[in-house]
Amino acid sequence: MSGKTSTPRKVNNGIVAAVCLAFFTGMVGMAYAAVPLYKMFCQVTGYGGTTQRAERQYAGRVLDRELTIRFDANTNGIPWQFEPVARSVTIKIGATAQAHYSATNKFDTPITGRASFNVQPEMAGAYFNKVECFCFTDTTLKPGETLDMPVVFYVDPDIVNVPELKDLKTITLSYTMFPVEKKQPVASSAPAAGGTNKISNSEASLGG
Amino acid sequence: MAEAAAHDDHDHKPYHGWVRWVYSTNHKDIGTLYLIFAICAGIIGGALSVVIRMELQEPGIQIFSGLAQMVYGMNGDAAIDGGKSMYNAFGTAHALIMIFFMVMPALIGGFANWMVPIMIGAPDMAFPRMNNISFWLLPPAFILLLASMFMPSAPGAYGVGGGWTIYPPLSTSGQPGPAMDLAILSIHIAGASSILGAINFITTIFNMRAPGMTLHKMPLFAWSVLVTAFLLLLSLPVLAGAITMLLTDRNFGTSFFVPDNGGDPLLFQHLFWFFGHPEVYILILPGFGIISHIVSTFSKKPVFGYLGMAYAMVAIGAVGFIVWAHHMYTTGLSLDTQRYFVFATMVIAVPTGVKIFSWIATMWGGSISFKPPMLWALGFIFLFTIGGVTGVQLANAGLDRSLHDTYFVIAHFHYVLSLGAVFAIFAGWYYWFPKMTGYMYSPVIANTHFWVTFVGVNLIFFPQHFLGLAGMPRRTVDYPDAFAGWNYVSSIGSYISAVGVMIFLYGVFEAFQKKRVAGANPWGEGATTLEWQLPSPPPFHQWEQLPKIK
Repeated sequence: MSGKTSTPRKVNNGIVAAVCLAFFTGMVGMAYAAVPLYKMFCQVTGYGGTTQRAERQYAGRVLDRELTIRFDANTNGIPWQFEPVARSVTIKIGATAQAHYSATNKFDTPITGRASFNVQPEMAGAYFNKVECFCFTDTTLKPGETLDMPVVFYVDPDIVNVPELKDLKTITLSYTMFPVEKKQPVASSAPAAGGTNKISNSEASLGG
Repeated sequence: MAEAAAHDDHDHKPYHGWVRWVYSTNHKDIGTLYLIFAICAGIIGGALSVVIRMELQEPGIQIFSGLAQMVYGMNGDAAIDGGKSMYNAFGTAHALIMIFFMVMPALIGGFANWMVPIMIGAPDMAFPRMNNISFWLLPPAFILLLASMFMPSAPGAYGVGGGWTIYPPLSTSGQPGPAMDLAILSIHIAGASSILGAINFITTIFNMRAPGMTLHKMPLFAWSVLVTAFLLLLSLPVLAGAITMLLTDRNFGTSFFVPDNGGDPLLFQHLFWFFGHPEVYILILPGFGIISHIVSTFSKKPVFGYLGMAYAMVAIGAVGFIVWAHHMYTTGLSLDTQRYFVFATMVIAVPTGVKIFSWIATMWGGSISFKPPMLWALGFIFLFTIGGVTGVQLANAGLDRSLHDTYFVIAHFHYVLSLGAVFAIFAGWYYWFPKMTGYMYSPVIANTHFWVTFVGVNLIFFPQHFLGLAGMPRRTVDYPDAFAGWNYVSSIGSYISAVGVMIFLYGVFEAFQKKRVAGANPWGEGATTLEWQLPSPPPFHQWEQLPKIK
């Protein structure tokens, strides 16, 4: 075997290869570990406009400065009419406020929906605290049923200390409603056939 | 039993005919196979880019709608749309072929396989059979990639059109056809080949150095391959993970990158560039090693600052892992994140500068002879520096806002890769060709090849800086008339470079035809590494008597 060396002090080739293989497996593991780690990172830092789920009901202090919160609603592949009741609300930074969305099932079978969400500008996500939100759980609507869906939130007063956000006048809170049932894997559906639950909506790819 | 029989065959003569190549466990034969494979893939990848330049020679769509008509049998408007997709498929295939099937096989599989065992005084690679598998995984991977160009992707389109970065959602819901699946499998197999190669090199360099060849006496090319192998080992698994997630998102209903179910398409970009940035150093580091040898040989001086050169490569490799998001400045990173990535990216200019200045210091006061390998090496240093300077410009997040995805970026990475890595490959080719074959090529043909290529590639890529600064976006089949002038110049340069490839091939043919005997060391006293102590071509098994390390 050409792998045999005459100097015994050196580490066995097999051991080096095994260590390399372990490195390889570890890195594949790291790539997959990135998925939950990245989710955690987004939730902790508000990265990509991920909003915060607040434990406390209020901010503790209210600043004498107003901020407009705009509400936006989209659907992707779900036959619901989904919209904010009020387009926007102007609140003092730190004050707790409530907003309402309404959803109507326009289809003839019950459908379960799940809302994904984010805020613009993305950096404000870390300071946008939701006390109560319909997006925390899945919602099932019977045919024709309309549901009023509240969001209770406040904006953390620390937001005024962020240099990028010091002139902020408006935060947009956006929801996209998706159907919960498992979608077809994309590659198995024929390219030409556009399924009913495959309505493409460019606004829906915001992520969060 | 067959294994035992082969093992008993201790005279170690090469088999004859095709068996010698297909069953080969000899690092020199496998290196030769890799080089032939890289030349073939390079010709195909280069041809794709010439067709792209033909299309871009004038505004409007001239070539690709006709090509779609011919290849895919489309008609009318379908042919125009199919042609646009085909343009994207050509760009994607050009990139993937050049990275995975040309530069990596040539530098790592070819030159490193050939020269690293010889340079460190080893009889062969540590795992010769694994070496054989590494090579033979590549042709099927290449065939899968070529086949993907003829498979449906999006409705009315063929071939993967998402660029080599294959970002979702375009690569998941955007292109549901089998083309993307084939391309992903192709990258999987090519990646497995590279990982096996990397493990082989690490084991060989750690365990099989001749007595006295300490790591700090090891030639710089072996150092560069060692660093490259570690980069491969750490970065490729992340790509493998990311594209496996793509594959399961596409076929098995997972939602790693699907926002509907809480996935995030941006995560793919982070994973991809965690691989992608080290990958560009994988492509260039072996070139750095080759250039160090050539500059030293033809200046008749030992390389300036040997340890600094070795550890500069280690530093480039290490820092290369923590700069990935500079490819993602426009994805909404916070200002502080951008500040960090700008800083870290610029730090890489320091070890790179150490290398450039050390090459210049090696030449300083040397007795320089401008033989063909030295011409290519000088061309490399000059052009790589230009690419490095535009790289420092692009590292600035503020500037990158306006230059992102323009032809300025195309010009930048072709100056460091197409003109950098490829010039290093040709430098290595003309440096080691006499050693590998025993024949000397015609210096006149080699010099003509250099000058034609030098003029050609600069004509292609220098004007692309102007186009990018003027705002021409990349990955588009058509452009406004205002960009016509420099695009025309760029296309002419592409044709001149194609002529350069012809001259190269003729030079190889001519060398084998004339059979001028090169001798053990055609380069004289400057060539001090171990390969020049062996006859040309080296015996089938070298170093049965261990070399003396000074």
